[in-house]
Amino acid sequence: MIADLERVPQLDATWRDAPGLWGFLTTVDHKRIAARYVVTALLLMFLAGMLALDMRWQLSTAENTRMGPQLYNESFSLHGSTMLFLVSVPLMEAMALWLVPLMLGTRNMAFPRLGAFSFWLYLGGVLTLWLAHAADVTPDLGWFEYPPLSGPAYSPGHRADIWAQMITFTEVAALAASVNVAATILKMRPPGMTLARMPVFLWAMLIASIMTILSMPAIMLVTSMLIADRLVSTHFFSPAGGGDALLFQHLFWFFGHPEVYIIFIPATGFVSAIVETFSRRPLFGHNAIVLSIMAIGALAFGLWVHHMFAVGLPRLGNDFYTAASMAIALPAGMQIFCWIATIWSGRPRLDTPMLWVVGFLATFVIGGLSGIMTASAALDLQLTDTYFVVAHFHYVLVGGAMFPLFGAFCYWYPKATGRLLSERLGRIAFWLIVGGFNLGFAPMHLLGLLGMPRRVYTYPAGLGWETLNQVATAGSAIAVAGGLVFVGNALWSYWRGRVSGPDPWGGSTLEWASASPTPAWNLPYTPRVDSLTPMWRDGPLRVMEGLALDRREVLVTSVADAAPLYRQKSAPPSIAPLLAALATTAMFIGSIFTPWAIVAGALPIGAALTAWFWPTRPRAGAAEAKA
Amino acid sequence: MTGPREIEIVGDLSRLPTSASGARHLVWWGNIGFMLIEGTGFALAAAAYLYLMTQAPAWPPRGDALPGLLWSGLFTAGLLLSALPNLWVLRCARNKDVAGVRRGVLAMAVIGLILLVPRGFEFAHLGVPWHRDAYGSVIWLLLVLHTTHVITDWADTVVIGTWLFTHEVGDDQFADVEDNSNYWTFVVVCWLPVYVLIYWAPRAV
Repeated sequence: MIADLERVPQLDATWRDAPGLWGFLTTVDHKRIAARYVVTALLLMFLAGMLALDMRWQLSTAENTRMGPQLYNESFSLHGSTMLFLVSVPLMEAMALWLVPLMLGTRNMAFPRLGAFSFWLYLGGVLTLWLAHAADVTPDLGWFEYPPLSGPAYSPGHRADIWAQMITFTEVAALAASVNVAATILKMRPPGMTLARMPVFLWAMLIASIMTILSMPAIMLVTSMLIADRLVSTHFFSPAGGGDALLFQHLFWFFGHPEVYIIFIPATGFVSAIVETFSRRPLFGHNAIVLSIMAIGALAFGLWVHHMFAVGLPRLGNDFYTAASMAIALPAGMQIFCWIATIWSGRPRLDTPMLWVVGFLATFVIGGLSGIMTASAALDLQLTDTYFVVAHFHYVLVGGAMFPLFGAFCYWYPKATGRLLSERLGRIAFWLIVGGFNLGFAPMHLLGLLGMPRRVYTYPAGLGWETLNQVATAGSAIAVAGGLVFVGNALWSYWRGRVSGPDPWGGSTLEWASASPTPAWNLPYTPRVDSLTPMWRDGPLRVMEGLALDRREVLVTSVADAAPLYRQKSAPPSIAPLLAALATTAMFIGSIFTPWAIVAGALPIGAALTAWFWPTRPRAGAAEAKA
Repeated sequence: MTGPREIEIVGDLSRLPTSASGARHLVWWGNIGFMLIEGTGFALAAAAYLYLMTQAPAWPPRGDALPGLLWSGLFTAGLLLSALPNLWVLRCARNKDVAGVRRGVLAMAVIGLILLVPRGFEFAHLGVPWHRDAYGSVIWLLLVLHTTHVITDWADTVVIGTWLFTHEVGDDQFADVEDNSNYWTFVVVCWLPVYVLIYWAPRAV
């Protein structure tokens, strides 16, 4: 049978947002919120990419005068901080916010208003950093602002505060999003989707969320301590007062290293979904891939010190972290073998999403191998702070996370918009970006080995670095051109692309059961799942009815077996998340200037949160009065 | 395949209840998530304390007074005792006892307010200002971190209490009371290692 058509207008009436600006400000629809995240982050990726191109221009010849040292410092600090905190992590969260409910066949996230709050707070972080930049208060100490350089003695003014507080914004947003994603995956799976039948994508998002929960408090703590040192004269990092600058590095990297995997693990979820669909067979080694992700998640917490080999820690410590850093290559390699085996034994199709996976495999393996090299404490001592490291982390972050993300964008674009991207433009963008990227970053390995340090605004002629730098600059320019083709394709296809229908690729998981673009209520019925690839089941899709149509309701199930437990009210749209985010923003910005902002800000935040959670029920005694 | 997918209805969810309690409830898991975040924050702050302690030649540094035991002892005793009425509220919420949760939440709001008095004196008797040295900074950090949690949960208790006395109480409100009660248990449990670090570690070294 086909879905009962009378349900649709009822569901539309229950789940639609208010029209116009009010609906925009109050929506709790996970798809609208995720779309905002994606558009904001892509815009920032463009801006930070332009900064990179500008820096490449500066370095293309010796003793170039396009930039002075201060502008160069600001450029790489803004580039790194934006790419790590405002682009990579938020984009992965956005993909989770958008796809997790669709892949579960549920109507919204576990905590819809928390999703809205996450976005508004993230936007606060974006505006903090970039409006400060517009006002010429740009952070200039890199993406990790080590004291004592960032302490009160060496960094007067507010550049370091802006950086630290931007982090507070984005980390509170990320933590809220992670709790939301984890609760949704654990408690809102459709009946039959036991943990053993959960697609790798959902495992990846669950594990990345748990890693966020366990690592991001470290950076919130350390930036708060830095602000306290600067604002109220604490001595956490000042040796003169008994503090220790290395404490900052330990806490920063306790977050910073898991962060790399918080970006990479969702990418493994994208790759697994794309490889399965485009190989037209269930993923080879599903359990091995899930266990590998868990192993990466656990090991990621045990190797932060490999960022600190050069600070003079005990030899035994360095040995341990060398071993742990090399060990993580094993589960990462295991995943790659499973994907290759799936492609090998399937009937692969090379549409653009799959093309990006191939680009990912080639590029990420190179980054992984240079990672094993830098994991060796002895070698790292030579390579650290050279362009070799710049090449390495761009290979793992761009190759390992951004290429899968571009593939995911191509793969799920028709689900979001109802139209297919142009394959021809997609292929042009792919070759320009992947080719340009490799041309741009491969020479940096050699530059590093030749001794070119990172974070220098220029270099003298005659060191033999010029040709390689020019090649790198040319490669970056080609990759940026490819990026423009990619974005142009997305814009053109939005209005002119071929209509896709609900399932253009023959996908394996439940998001392909919904219409494209997906209506506010997602699926008309609750799906019932009996395999890892429910959409590949022969015969009709098995569903359950019984969730309310006239009010917002979702199904809550048990953690291990996804057995139906009860029907839960789902929060309707509200202005409270925006108000709470505005109040929090005022407090965060105020606390750059005075500690009293925290006291003064507590009341408005409390008021906004009370409005947020205030339940709508009759007054006490109303029932008696009626009787 | 691009057309609408055929479906087969294999079950009905309309007879499921509209609420649940304990770990079956969705919000219980959200609460656990935030406890995990804040618990990690406490653990890392404790790690920072221990790191600074191991780097320092003397703990507390020469010239710093030891933190006072009287007010902190009163606070600790009061906090531990507050676990009893808190567990009683939890039981009332699970039994869906409207009068019990109203009285219990009111009592917890009063208890929280009373506990802020010895907590205030604790700050006055830490023996060192936060800006003298890293030792002072980190004990103030731990105490501020915990006090933030006491105040937050107290405010939440007041809001829930206000709501309970002015509105009809339904299953969702019992679940709210349960989550609030679990959170207070978290505040109590987190205090114990923090108390040992602030007041007894300097005496043991």
